[in-house]
Amino acid sequence: MSMHTLSVLVENKPGVLARVAGLFSRRGFNIESLSVGTTESPHVSRMTIVVDAEHSPLEQVTKQLNKLINVLKIVELTASDAVQRELQLIKVAATGTTRSEIIEIADVFRAKVVDVAVESVTVEVTGSADKLEALVRLLEPYGIRELVRSGTIALGRGSRSITEGRTLRLQRSA
Amino acid sequence: MQMTGAQAVIATLEAEGVDVMFGHPGGAILPAYDPLLDSPLRHVLARHEQGAGHMAEGYAHATGRVGVVIATSGPGGTNLVTALADAHMDSVPVVAITGQVARAAVGGDAFQEADITGITMPVTKHNELVRDPERIAGAIKEAFHIAFTGRPGPVLVDVPKDVLNASFDYRYPDQLSLPGYRPTVRGHTKMVREAARVILEAQRPVIYAGGGMINAGAHAELRQLAERLRLPVVTTLMGRGVFPDSHDQHLGMPGMHGHWTAITALQQADLLVALGTRFDDRVTGDLRRFAPRAKVIHVDIDPAEIGKNREPDVPIVGDGAVVTQQITEAVERLLADGAVVPDLDPWWRQLNAWQGEHPLQWDQQADGPLKPQTVIQAIGDKLSGAGIIVSGVGQHQMWASQLIQYRTPRTWINSGGLGTMGFCVPAAIGAKVGRPDVPVVAIDGDGSFQMTLQELATASTERVPVIFCVINNGVLGMVRQWQELFYEQRYSQVDLGTDVPDLVKLADAMGCVGYRCDRAEDVDQTLDKAFAVGEAPVLVDFRVDPTEKVFPMVPAGGSNDDVIESADQWYARKDTPKGGAGEPGGDGLPAAASV
Repeated sequence: MSMHTLSVLVENKPGVLARVAGLFSRRGFNIESLSVGTTESPHVSRMTIVVDAEHSPLEQVTKQLNKLINVLKIVELTASDAVQRELQLIKVAATGTTRSEIIEIADVFRAKVVDVAVESVTVEVTGSADKLEALVRLLEPYGIRELVRSGTIALGRGSRSITEGRTLRLQRSA
Repeated sequence: MQMTGAQAVIATLEAEGVDVMFGHPGGAILPAYDPLLDSPLRHVLARHEQGAGHMAEGYAHATGRVGVVIATSGPGGTNLVTALADAHMDSVPVVAITGQVARAAVGGDAFQEADITGITMPVTKHNELVRDPERIAGAIKEAFHIAFTGRPGPVLVDVPKDVLNASFDYRYPDQLSLPGYRPTVRGHTKMVREAARVILEAQRPVIYAGGGMINAGAHAELRQLAERLRLPVVTTLMGRGVFPDSHDQHLGMPGMHGHWTAITALQQADLLVALGTRFDDRVTGDLRRFAPRAKVIHVDIDPAEIGKNREPDVPIVGDGAVVTQQITEAVERLLADGAVVPDLDPWWRQLNAWQGEHPLQWDQQADGPLKPQTVIQAIGDKLSGAGIIVSGVGQHQMWASQLIQYRTPRTWINSGGLGTMGFCVPAAIGAKVGRPDVPVVAIDGDGSFQMTLQELATASTERVPVIFCVINNGVLGMVRQWQELFYEQRYSQVDLGTDVPDLVKLADAMGCVGYRCDRAEDVDQTLDKAFAVGEAPVLVDFRVDPTEKVFPMVPAGGSNDDVIESADQWYARKDTPKGGAGEPGGDGLPAAASV
């Protein structure tokens, strides 16, 4: 697996997600995770796409993405120069005896308990993919009832912003 | 100015300089057909939306302008899909306007509703569902810009019926709002210099020019560069005509059914100057064994083509004409600084020897069956460069590209990338509508012809005098050829029958003049008659030998070192691949081509 995180700025228009998702599927590119949301500009959305570039060169992926008319800019964010986070909610089976152990583990991971029921505890955790997976491994013995992950979002470190200036802009396509 | 959305559509098309469009009305697009009555815009009424789409393509190919097609919602739009996919593969500038069900009904499975922007997303350069009458002019203006600039392609604008009916204050926009779209035109100076340096170092260079050079209008720049250094040139199926076939530096067409010398020149080259071309699998054969000793300079306006199939040594993104001119200027500067024009005499001796040893050949016996090549060669001779040839897809297409001499761009029109049978008849009509001043000859196969023959009615009622020549062998010739060579002559579903439909009677029924010819000695005379008709479209039924095969041939997925020049040569081979060595467009593709 060769994972790369792309921050893709797109025009906030209907159908843009379908265009990006469709491009990945028809060109045979693998998406590991994808998350979309608004930015500081109402006209621009930001997609964070984690791509497995083992079978299709990253360069082809970014060039093809760049050909979409609604794509404004693509920046690759590497682990060392960006903060990358995922949000995860985990519903763990709990009994009177295991509940406190689960909460203790959650504390170690700075996870928050967001729901407690008679037979379960739901915890919320953010962090890198590695951290999230480590927490899941520790909670598995108790029985994971349900789990959801948001997909990675990322921002470059330092004061520079990819939504201004053109220094990082990849070459525009035809 | 107060007007309806429908009037805005027509007004914007007029403002974009459109003089003709091809289409078919229907429910959702009805409002747009009313203001058409008050417009100078010509509308050519096709018999099927696919036909209208190919007509727009033929028009665009022949004129270099944007072709426009208009259709209704649902089946109107879905019938356009093949033509849009074809235009997408061959980079043809087309704008499609479709009607859509009213906004409130969208998504509710209304009558004649289809999600046409969703359906055509993979086969258009861009598309848009217009949700507001204020957006009509902007969407159409942008569609023309996107279709025509950068790497050209089809753009679809889908307009709901209630948007067409809405009344609003129309303004033609002054500016485009395309912040994510800026094609690169000029090549990177450093890379251009490097290209010039590499060209002057090469001992066995070949210019490999494709359809992008026609789109770029780069024939003069290409010729200047080629002649300055006496570089050999090959032109691909989509690039035929961009460099004159009559030029002694032209080696012909490379690829699966290319000229032996053109194929082999690329294999033996130490440098490919690839201009506006995409290393398509039909050109390269087995990509890993394609031009193995060659450095590659790759010039293309689409950055995604560069490195997609073959990693270039010198990548240059930019317009074919601009970059070729830049390269020539860089060469001149290097020569002025003391570099020397490379001695290509040994290379030319080799190339010329090959040309002498490997001509195209077929055997027309005076009393034997009429050979398709004889007909096609005669058409080329009759036209002698002063007209446009349009072909369908199949054997006739390959012979028409091999045997006819093309001297100028936009005189050879065919479906290359998608390989769309049925392209010929409507595309020829579109070409003739765009170029009424020159003869347009459609060379079609009987299989390809029967996919869109209803457009003959369009040709007669719209008075578009195309000369349709059907190379009628009664079979699906290319499929039959593959079954003969790769499936041990087990012919499966290839017999169409020569007599149904009776093409002369069909011509009569369709308002065309019909002729039939089945003897080599009558070919010229029949063509004379067909060319003399003038006002009405003509349909000529050339009855030809069904066993004739297209050679040279590189089996799909095979190496271009391995060119088969005749059936005898094929049968003499001991290592004949069996079974599915490669169906047309099938298993034999090199793995890397699927990227």
